[in-house]
Amino acid sequence: MTGKATLEINNLNFFYGNFQGLKNVSLNIYEKKVTAFIGPSGCGKSTLLRTLNRMYDLYPGQRAEGKIVYNGRNILEPGQDVNVLRAKVGMVFQKPTPFPMSVYDNIAFGVRLYENLSRGEMDERVEWALKKAALWGEVKDKLQKSGLSLSGGQQQRLCIARSVAVKPDVLLLDEPTSALDPISTAKIEELIAELKEDYTITIVTHNMQQAARCSDYTAYMYLGELVEFGETDQIFMNPGKKETQDYITGRFG
Amino acid sequence: MMNPVYRRRLWVHRIGIALSVFAMAIGLFFLAWILFTLLVRGFGALSFALFTETTPAPGSEGGGLANAIVGSLLMVGFATLISTPVGILAGVYLAEYGEESWLAQITRFVTDIMLSAPSIVIGLFVYAIYVANVQHFSGWAGTFAISLIAVPVVVRTTDNMLKLVPNSLREAAFALGAPRWKVATMVRLRAVKAGVVTGVLLAIARISGETAPLLFTALNNQFFSTDMNAPMANLPVVIFQFAMSPYDNWRSLAWGGALLITFSVLLLNILSRTLFRQKVSS
Repeated sequence: MTGKATLEINNLNFFYGNFQGLKNVSLNIYEKKVTAFIGPSGCGKSTLLRTLNRMYDLYPGQRAEGKIVYNGRNILEPGQDVNVLRAKVGMVFQKPTPFPMSVYDNIAFGVRLYENLSRGEMDERVEWALKKAALWGEVKDKLQKSGLSLSGGQQQRLCIARSVAVKPDVLLLDEPTSALDPISTAKIEELIAELKEDYTITIVTHNMQQAARCSDYTAYMYLGELVEFGETDQIFMNPGKKETQDYITGRFG
Repeated sequence: MMNPVYRRRLWVHRIGIALSVFAMAIGLFFLAWILFTLLVRGFGALSFALFTETTPAPGSEGGGLANAIVGSLLMVGFATLISTPVGILAGVYLAEYGEESWLAQITRFVTDIMLSAPSIVIGLFVYAIYVANVQHFSGWAGTFAISLIAVPVVVRTTDNMLKLVPNSLREAAFALGAPRWKVATMVRLRAVKAGVVTGVLLAIARISGETAPLLFTALNNQFFSTDMNAPMANLPVVIFQFAMSPYDNWRSLAWGGALLITFSVLLLNILSRTLFRQKVSS
């Protein structure tokens, strides 16, 4: 495996109160590549994703131990400003989560948090982000309409545009297509392929074909442990472990 | 031919429906009766003079409720101005920090008690700490008393509404690097704007009919006055005094006032419902 690692995860343990959700997970998330986390429900793949932007901080009782190095710093240390981290490590969720405001303001909301742009610059940024998310053509005439008025697939691309608009380094996608129809899913998958030119992408998915189609690296997890991590082709064609092979071929459990 | 299990279920269903319709009919019957009596008696009292003339002196003819209407509007208006920001801010605080801080849990507990506190106790409380100290009844005392009733209503609805916001929406805002106060106000509160407005309207409806807290605080004023530091006329207390008086024109005015309050409250309720429904359907 080659390439520069954007995030280096080292001996990561995660606890929900007394329950250990992640056990000694170590892997690298490579720059401008797509890394997929796969595994059965409850295996810890979403938990792992949520440590990367410290989303778990919102919930008392949840804590992580170990190291996640980003830009030479361990982001799990108490000194890390989580807001700044989250602006650099964006996240898109399973269900589309447009804010109760116009399409334009949905995009501008995140940008305004960290940048002071003129009206014209903001217009450009909104257009740029919507084009990045392949949504511009569909919404350019309804920028002032509520984000909630869009279809499910459009809403999800709006959420991707919103994350892209703040110019992050990393995008975390938590089962971004599981609530969408096949056509919207295909659009999002195409989008992932385009976005990895500029961003490091991590995706959690239940859909193994999706992992095989979109990702460069795949991590197979089971019961909080990282069973196998490697290049996607290798994991799917020639897995090193029997458990991985069983899961991928559907012979699991 | 019919399956006995199904037939039994069908009968249970019919009896259940019959009982609920009966229960609804009892409720509706009394509501209709009240509204009908109010309309018949109150409608006759409605006149132009009701809105222009002040409450009549004992024994004099005619008169209106202008001073009471203006007094009620002033006190309810000021109480709304006080209780809306206080209630919404407290509601946001509860929804945002309610699970993790003991202070918030106590606040929620106290709010619940305040919600069900008899309004006469609140009237006595304001009387004891304010009216008794400054030695006179006043519009401000009345405003203060009904604000105390309105605040917990607004707090509770705001808190409940905010809890309906899916957690994913909050997380999405945090995921962009938004600080907590911005997530709470610009995303979460915004998502339930209509519900919060409904809560405020319901609180207004609630305090516009309160009599007991005003009896000890604003008292009444026979003359037209907008001085918030002086005793102030208001519809509920006027109704209370006039309804039991020996004068025909007073009793008629009391019906007119009752009709006025009821329809304002009805209007507010309808307004809040349509507002809420619009939001839910969009």
